[in-house]
Amino acid sequence: MNPLHLLGEPFIQHALAAGTAIALLSGLVGYFVVLRGQVFAGDALSHVSYTGALAALAAGVDLRFGLFAATVLVGLVLGLLGGRAGADDAVIGVVFAWVLGLGVFFLTYYTSHASTGNGTASATVLFGSILGISRSAAITAVLVAAGLLLVLAGIARPLLFASLDPQVARARGVPVGLLGPAFLMLLGATAAETAQAVGALLLFGLLAAPPAAAMRLTTRPWRALALSGGLAVAAVWIGVALAYAWPALPASFTIMATATAEYLLAAGWSLRAGRSPSRGMARRA
Amino acid sequence: MSTGLSWNLVEDLRQLLSFHFMLNAMRAGTIVAVVSGAAGYFMVLRRQAFAGHTLAVVGFPGAAAAAWLGVNAGFGYFGACLVAALIIAVLPGGGRAAGTSPAAAGEESAAIGTLQGFALACGFLFVSLYHGFLSGLTSLLFGSITGITDDQVLVLLVAGVLILAALAVIGRPLLFASVDAEVARARGVPVRLLSAAYLVLLGVAVAGTSQVTGSLLVFALLVAPAATASRLTARPGRGLLLSVGIALLVTWLGEGIAFFSPYQIGFWVTTLAFAAFVLASGYRALADRRGTPGRRHAPAGAAG
Repeated sequence: MNPLHLLGEPFIQHALAAGTAIALLSGLVGYFVVLRGQVFAGDALSHVSYTGALAALAAGVDLRFGLFAATVLVGLVLGLLGGRAGADDAVIGVVFAWVLGLGVFFLTYYTSHASTGNGTASATVLFGSILGISRSAAITAVLVAAGLLLVLAGIARPLLFASLDPQVARARGVPVGLLGPAFLMLLGATAAETAQAVGALLLFGLLAAPPAAAMRLTTRPWRALALSGGLAVAAVWIGVALAYAWPALPASFTIMATATAEYLLAAGWSLRAGRSPSRGMARRA
Repeated sequence: MSTGLSWNLVEDLRQLLSFHFMLNAMRAGTIVAVVSGAAGYFMVLRRQAFAGHTLAVVGFPGAAAAAWLGVNAGFGYFGACLVAALIIAVLPGGGRAAGTSPAAAGEESAAIGTLQGFALACGFLFVSLYHGFLSGLTSLLFGSITGITDDQVLVLLVAGVLILAALAVIGRPLLFASVDAEVARARGVPVRLLSAAYLVLLGVAVAGTSQVTGSLLVFALLVAPAATASRLTARPGRGLLLSVGIALLVTWLGEGIAFFSPYQIGFWVTTLAFAAFVLASGYRALADRRGTPGRRHAPAGAAG
């Protein structure tokens, strides 16, 4: 089989276009999530996207509206609740456990009330269907990802400064208190965007694995940021190709498996090279 | 349900317990609430909510794999949660963020997050390999009160007794190590070993609980009663009892309401647990405003 044959398929083109934009976004945002120690908040927001999507289905509006509304709102709430230190992890846990419970409520409501309801909607929201993305949905996804990337580019420099050293950043006049909630809202929007590709349950893996791998490979912040974005895009490309080659494997699985393999390879390499990321950070600091 | 609520609570309770599946649900719910209330209290104290949540969702691929291979789902839950607990335990920080630099803690959480993402992806793979499983997906993820067998209750009881016995043995040093790891280490407490042992206990507790509440909502029962209790008292012994009590109340009420309503148990349990947390936080805020700090609250009341 000619490998380039794959690129001729319209559904693969849509998947790759949307997937590349989404992966770049989640890889770059994910790096800041890890750097700021907000992985649990990312985990929470990814689960919140399930409730948002199900609420939109139950209300009969566009699924993406519910996704973005729920995640950005909860992101803002988490940002405001915690103040400077960020919300306590027990509070994050209680809030998102309840929001997920609400998701079950909407699921039951949707499956028992909607006349057009299909039984697989919940599974699609949970696990995504990048190979089933339509042309118009792919275009919207790319445009939204581009917009969010612009926002990230706008705040990247102060955000990196504030993440690495909040005290000094504050002293230099960086609005640290404003950046925290703003970043969590951006993270929420990223979660909503990524949920369309790999689903509410798996998107967190795409936020966590590429930056984890990147931080194993380099300790320089800007280089790690770029690497994280690149590794996420690579995971999506390789994952889509694998899913195309073995139709029995769902694309969301092959993408996550590739991202995990990247992390394991990076961790193995850094162990062999005798470097630990935390030691590297300490040396630089 | 074919039955309606008569608002005569004694009659309703009798009617509810006249169904064997409901009796089993109540038995299982009681065991699960006691275990997760106790194990969750340490989880909140140790700030291991993220590790706990990862253990919770890992039960899903285990159960999906068990369904695909045609073995008992219980093996899947316990097997997957134990393996995940051991993986988290061998990471340098043992799944505990406190005490390390933010970047190192973030990097470690990212490793746990990668584990979680991969585990969930495997769960999806098993579900799609095992065709026709989608109808069971909802109860696997969000729980169901109708499917609990006598054997499952027995397994839960054995696991629950083992966990509580183990917690009773390591409880005191674990508390010490959780509150101040450095001092505990200096006094010769095996902090690292305790941390690993606790993660394994948490894994077993979570595996048992997910069979009733589903993989996605077990976390609510772990974190919310414990967080509520820690808002109300700072004393470990009292907090532990309070956490178990709140978990029991929330589970019993949730199962009762779920029986009479069309919505799943998961929704009711999480909502009641969240309501308890909001009430406790409100109480804490009021008490703080009136200048009665949590530590001195109870003795002051007793003396006055």
